[in-house]
Amino acid sequence: MHTDQLIRSLAADNPHRAPRVGAVLSMALLVAAPLSILIFATFFGVRADVMSAMRNPFFDMKFAVTLSLAIPAIIVSLHLSRPEALLRGWGWLLLLPVGLLAVAIGSEAMMAPAMPMTMRLMGKNSRVCLVAIPAMSLPLLAGALFGLRHGAPSRPALAGALAGLVSAGLAATLYASHCTDDSPLFVATWYTLATALVTAIGALVGSRVLRY
Amino acid sequence: MRGREDEWTGLMRSARAGDDAAYHRLLKAVAPVLRAAARRGLARAGQPPDQAEDIVQEILLAVHLKRHTWDSEAPFAPWLFAIGRNKLIDALRRRGKRVFVNIDDFAETLPGEAAQETASAGEVAAQLGTLPQRQRDVLQSIAVEAASIKDTAAKLSMSEGAVRVALHRGLAALTGKLRDH
Repeated sequence: MHTDQLIRSLAADNPHRAPRVGAVLSMALLVAAPLSILIFATFFGVRADVMSAMRNPFFDMKFAVTLSLAIPAIIVSLHLSRPEALLRGWGWLLLLPVGLLAVAIGSEAMMAPAMPMTMRLMGKNSRVCLVAIPAMSLPLLAGALFGLRHGAPSRPALAGALAGLVSAGLAATLYASHCTDDSPLFVATWYTLATALVTAIGALVGSRVLRY
Repeated sequence: MRGREDEWTGLMRSARAGDDAAYHRLLKAVAPVLRAAARRGLARAGQPPDQAEDIVQEILLAVHLKRHTWDSEAPFAPWLFAIGRNKLIDALRRRGKRVFVNIDDFAETLPGEAAQETASAGEVAAQLGTLPQRQRDVLQSIAVEAASIKDTAAKLSMSEGAVRVALHRGLAALTGKLRDH
């Protein structure tokens, strides 16, 4: 086909309007969320002592950490869905949860320890954590990848990793209400490991499905 | 260069506002620049330049289907060249070549180079044959026979809406096939 002919057909299709990537990503996450919540409600559920736990600042801190991962990850993934976008200037947003965790670990270290450090770090739920966060992430990861497919990322693996961070951050927010380990040391260790796993899956799948 | 790129941005804004003719002019204006860059990329990879047109058409399709990711407050050229680079890298990889795409391949088109003739390419035409009948007929009518949406609808006994849907789906399907084949 002659290029002028192709151009003619593209011009004829100009009236077609695609929704914005942010709109598609939001819809896809909203569709996926009930599945993750179903997994949460079926296998995990909110911890029994949630009312008293809410008076513990380290319990609340878990949500601050997980949401400070999920929300910036959504923002950065939308930024990277533009082909000319660079991570530079935006990547620092992804350090927010790291900073929050550092502050939390510091404040816990200054308090009289309720438990020895190794017990706080190992907790009682490390294995559950490593299974629960990835399991609840999967529907959200599929949704995030579907949404980002609507974009045009120049680095599909990186965009896929961001989809992994989005889904892990949201799944960890659910999981935080189940887990009875509130020490920032536990969160920094096991949540991070689970998130790294989901991020790696996202990068791997993204490198295939996010090419446009 | 500046003036040319500002003009592109203006045309793309008009296109988004619904001016199909401006969009047509824009695509005609960028095609020679993309062609020159594709030839340079192929030359660097030790490939014959006659494949450049396939790459140009693939870039144009991607530009078309991803144009909603362009921010109308941003200049158009960096967005266009980013897509061009990505598609050129993909195309060279598919040909099993080690890829050296110069970051300036797209940005630094010499004015003389841009005056090359347009050409025909085989890949889009070949994939066109694999589309469902309806989409193929509509694309054939609008692209090759230069018929309007209205005339195409009358000729194929379809509604104009159905022609528009078939046209868009056809273009999207072509893009997918070019990417995955």
